[in-house]
Amino acid sequence: MITESPNRALALPALIIAALASLVICPFVGMEPIPVTVLSDSGAVDGALRTVFWQIRVPRTCIGFLAGAGLAACGMAFQAMFRNALATPFTLGVAGGASLGAALYVRFGLSFALLGISGVSIFAFLGALGSISLVYGLTRLRHGFSTAALLLAGIAVNLFFSSLIMLIQYTSNYAHSFRIMRWLMGGLEIMGYERVFQLMPLVGISILVLYAVTHELNLMTVGEELAISRGVDVRRTKGILFIATSICVGGIVAVCGPIGFIGLMAPHICRLLVGGGHRRLLPATCLFGGLFLIICDTLARTAIAPAEIPVGVITSVLGGPFFVWLLVRTPAGGLNIALR
Amino acid sequence: MSEAALQVRGLSCSINGVAILRNISFSVAAGSYVSIVGPNGAGKTTLLKCLNRILNGTADEVQIEGKALADYAQAELAKVMGYVPQGGTDQVPFLAYEFVMMGRYPHLSPFTSPTATDHAAVLQALETAGAADLAGRQCATLSGGERQKILVAAALAQEAGIFLLDEPTTFLDPHHQDDVLRLLTRLNKDCGATIVSVTHDINAAVLSSDDVIALRDGQVVFQGPPEALTSGTVLADLFDQEFHFVEHPVNGKRLIVPLAVR
Repeated sequence: MITESPNRALALPALIIAALASLVICPFVGMEPIPVTVLSDSGAVDGALRTVFWQIRVPRTCIGFLAGAGLAACGMAFQAMFRNALATPFTLGVAGGASLGAALYVRFGLSFALLGISGVSIFAFLGALGSISLVYGLTRLRHGFSTAALLLAGIAVNLFFSSLIMLIQYTSNYAHSFRIMRWLMGGLEIMGYERVFQLMPLVGISILVLYAVTHELNLMTVGEELAISRGVDVRRTKGILFIATSICVGGIVAVCGPIGFIGLMAPHICRLLVGGGHRRLLPATCLFGGLFLIICDTLARTAIAPAEIPVGVITSVLGGPFFVWLLVRTPAGGLNIALR
Repeated sequence: MSEAALQVRGLSCSINGVAILRNISFSVAAGSYVSIVGPNGAGKTTLLKCLNRILNGTADEVQIEGKALADYAQAELAKVMGYVPQGGTDQVPFLAYEFVMMGRYPHLSPFTSPTATDHAAVLQALETAGAADLAGRQCATLSGGERQKILVAAALAQEAGIFLLDEPTTFLDPHHQDDVLRLLTRLNKDCGATIVSVTHDINAAVLSSDDVIALRDGQVVFQGPPEALTSGTVLADLFDQEFHFVEHPVNGKRLIVPLAVR
């Protein structure tokens, strides 16, 4: 049997430890540092801080981890499925679709909720599902719709949606316009655990589904025809992947807004850490995505306290340069997935 | 040799409205070595892909080991038939060992990791393909000949009885061509595998096959023993070109030599 380099073997345990550590530490960090004694019932910490900790910081950290893990996992699935370094649900227009849904909701002054889920989330969810269906439809349109064409279509769809959003913003009043802009930046501002419990099954089940098809993802990375000849039912696998990722990404975007970059970047970094095999890559990517987002959120909460920076801004500001550095540093082809 | 590994009747296939295969019928005896030859664009690769269900053709009958192709689940099909595509593992982000392990896909179940049986099969496949020393290499760093061996090893790991190969020697130097041909012959003779190999190398087809199928314009224009391919006007009709023939110094088979162009 081939033994791998010790670095690769250590990467996953290291990520697990880092993720656990940040899950535990981040809720204590913020505008108002909270002492560890908050965990005991002794009453050493006053009630308001206790509420901040349990009703704001902890749920916010949970939702950050869920969203980061889910976005990263779906990015990984799309990169494998389309054999392309740039293919993620977001680059293929999902963020645009979700944002358009949310903008429409705000612009027309709608105000409703369904089963305790806010209308803006429902509109964003529908927008995300709509754009993933569009992508899926395009891939099914005719035999051999190339990935390059698909990416171009995704760019076109994104541009089209963002023009519509600009139009909506332009014709909105000031308050609506600001609300739309703020939504577009993404954020994890939640109170209590309702949203966490809404999102957990969506993300959890989707990741489990992805875990069930890791052998297929490996083969699809190598090539669709080879995958078929090895016995993969590619049509079925793609169908499963599209359903799982739409539900996952749709749910996350509905709750947190379009938080960019994690889906693109996390899988690439983890490929460098643990290699291209998806059995290992999927958990690594989930851990890294979750970890990255809660760290970004902690920065968002503290960097210019008492004000907050939208977390979507932080992920891109931090992630962008880091990713470019990685691209430059890594020898050609080192990102281990085709750039075509 | 009695039972047919492949039985094809009336197979047609169109890609984007263009008819590539037109009403093809042939059979391949179990345990035989069959070469498929023909000019570029004759439909040789398409034929392999239809047998594999990478492409979906229409047919009166396609039977693989006595069972209708349509009745196979894709993973089941992969257990009886392995496929070695034309080149192209340069973009594969895996170690050679991991790549060959992917040949075990039809034997794996969704949530489990490869078992000891799978690892043993992969090692055996690498050994048989003469690629044991490549196991720890990144696929992207392999040379053309090494790549071909890994592709064959991956198909071997599938433990299928039928091998479909698409121009397995095309981009290889003479030494590596011989390696691959010897490997295929050994699989055929020692392991009883059925080999169906698409090739442009007429001489290799003559020297290694029991049977040759010639395609032209999506139709079977010849099926018979290699001796019949190089006698008469079969080749001239197939390629619209005259050929010179010589006798092989060892086994006396008729081979073609290139035309003297100057």
